[in-house]
Amino acid sequence: MANLTEPERKTSLVRRLLRGFLGELKASVPKIVPQIIAILLAFAVGAITLWLTGYSPLEVYGAMLTGAFGDAFGIGQTLTQATPIIFTALAFLFANKCGLFNIGAEGQLLIGAFTAALVGISFSGLPFFIHIPLALAAGALGGAAWGFIPAVLKAQRGAHEVITTMMLSYVALYLTSYLVNYPFKAPGWVAQTVSIAPSAELPRILQPTQLSASIFIAVSLAFLTQYTLCRTTIGYEVRAIGFNPSAAESGGISIKKGIILALTISGAIAGLGGAGEVLGVQRRFVEGFSPGYGWDGLAVALVGGLNPFGILLASVLFGALRSGGMTMNRVMHVPLDIVSILQALVILFVAAPMLIRYLLKRGGIKWWNS
Amino acid sequence: MVELVDVINIGLFAATLRMATPITYGALGGIFSERAGIVNIGLEGMMLTGAFTGVVASQWSGNAWFGVLAAIAVGGLLGLLHGVITVGFAGNQVVSGTGINIFALGFTGYMSSVVWGSRGGSIGDVPGLPEVSIPFLKDIPIIGGIIGDHTPLVYLMIIITVVSYIVLFKTPLGLRIRAVGERPDAADTAGINVYRTKYLCVILSGMLAGLGGAFLSLGHLNLFAWGMTGGRGFIALAAMIFGKWMPFGALGASLMFGFADALQMRLQALSLLPPQIILTIPYILTVAILAGVVGRAIPPSNYKPYVKE
Repeated sequence: MANLTEPERKTSLVRRLLRGFLGELKASVPKIVPQIIAILLAFAVGAITLWLTGYSPLEVYGAMLTGAFGDAFGIGQTLTQATPIIFTALAFLFANKCGLFNIGAEGQLLIGAFTAALVGISFSGLPFFIHIPLALAAGALGGAAWGFIPAVLKAQRGAHEVITTMMLSYVALYLTSYLVNYPFKAPGWVAQTVSIAPSAELPRILQPTQLSASIFIAVSLAFLTQYTLCRTTIGYEVRAIGFNPSAAESGGISIKKGIILALTISGAIAGLGGAGEVLGVQRRFVEGFSPGYGWDGLAVALVGGLNPFGILLASVLFGALRSGGMTMNRVMHVPLDIVSILQALVILFVAAPMLIRYLLKRGGIKWWNS
Repeated sequence: MVELVDVINIGLFAATLRMATPITYGALGGIFSERAGIVNIGLEGMMLTGAFTGVVASQWSGNAWFGVLAAIAVGGLLGLLHGVITVGFAGNQVVSGTGINIFALGFTGYMSSVVWGSRGGSIGDVPGLPEVSIPFLKDIPIIGGIIGDHTPLVYLMIIITVVSYIVLFKTPLGLRIRAVGERPDAADTAGINVYRTKYLCVILSGMLAGLGGAFLSLGHLNLFAWGMTGGRGFIALAAMIFGKWMPFGALGASLMFGFADALQMRLQALSLLPPQIILTIPYILTVAILAGVVGRAIPPSNYKPYVKE
């Protein structure tokens, strides 16, 4: 927590961040073991599924691994897939630190993607250093608005955010579908907008893959999230509410304000992720461009141990599953759905840390925090 | 207005009842689970797996009723899985439900490829449930046209709604279930087996969702298609909340949402109004009722995992 002594205040920001990072890393070692076991268990159950249905698990996993990391193209595609998940996972994390369960990142991402696309197609002739930030800001704002609604309903009316964010996610899905099928539909058969202006395009950084500069924003945001949560008043208040709401209120923190702030910022992060997809990868809003990045975010945040740096690692795993899965599907004709099965198994095993501890105990393995 | 007659007629209300059936099954499943203090957002996945299993079992055995039983059984299994994670190991209910939804989508797609060689869904004839005509009822003008000819699962839905109400509010078991949801510690002190009651309810929840899925695939279209539940499990949750966790309330809400669904399909055929706009109605209404804009929905439990001292 923000328990700084005098000399520490004087050290540079970079060193403090770095120290925070290393400290987090050290503290997360015992925490990371259950996650790794969950991943291993998921792959084990996945292997049984593959074996029972007549595929060789080793060959399938091998094809996924080479597809995801075998060459520069594979790595590029893995990181491309990981990028939006970093945003949605950070979005989930930020709200979660306030004790909130934002499962509507999908909707916030879609709205953010659409508002960013709108700014991307509406202006032309702007210099890129104005157009790109403007479109990104629009995306963040759109996502923030979609987080603000359940935030206010929670703070003012007590409406449970799990249900409201989920329901609003579906509203966002149908709303954006309506917008790209009717008022903003580009000529042709596909439900999509016209292309954004070149001045709003985020540069691709590893041609011919679709990896864009959006990943730099995502990684910076992970550091910024860590900094905000651990080193700013807002972050302190948010975490205090998440830790113990009544104690926080006795300490003079406004719970309502904290909830509204946390969920709105959470929405803004997801919206920024949607903007990154539109400006960097799709270059327009295409209906159904997200294969469920919002839900991936929830999984990655949990697998990442609810820690921004853990999220960066876990997002690479989930990105690799998606990109490696595509290669595996092409080479071995194994249904791509095995990827969803693996992701779901990871989520199910991560859902119950007590289950992992129980299995460890049954296996006779002693772990220091069990 | 020739067009209006094409939209609003007896067929629309018959379709409303048909559309409301899977939603009601899901919502009743949600009620049993939530009354016992377990959030079940995995309803969508349980319904989808039920729809898939129903078709596979029906095709394999040549008997649609066997398919329905298999769907109920597999739904119950997923309910048990949710129970093991959230009751047995006090895991997070929302995370577990999310996992079940993603698992169901992946598993049914994967198994479709394995069974039919096509990820998109079933291939070949599927024995479906026959429609039954209720004598006397079908001869009543207008009403007969609406409720006279349906598959037995539509009538079963109404029966199960009544039975659910009686069980939950007129029997000792129902009292126990509600006690476990509202005050698990007090229920435990009173000698109720909290864990067993929770397991019972979450398994029942999965079975009802599986039955709803079987209706979708066997009672109506006689096929399985990838992701064919299309969010009906979430609509079922919405109906549960809108109906304030009461069986008849859920039935009413399901009929309302079913009406919106049936209307949406007809309007789409006539291209009068974009379907997406109507599809948002159940979700917006649910948010509104949770916020107390229209009525007020207060959950029957705080859904915290119960860990015995």
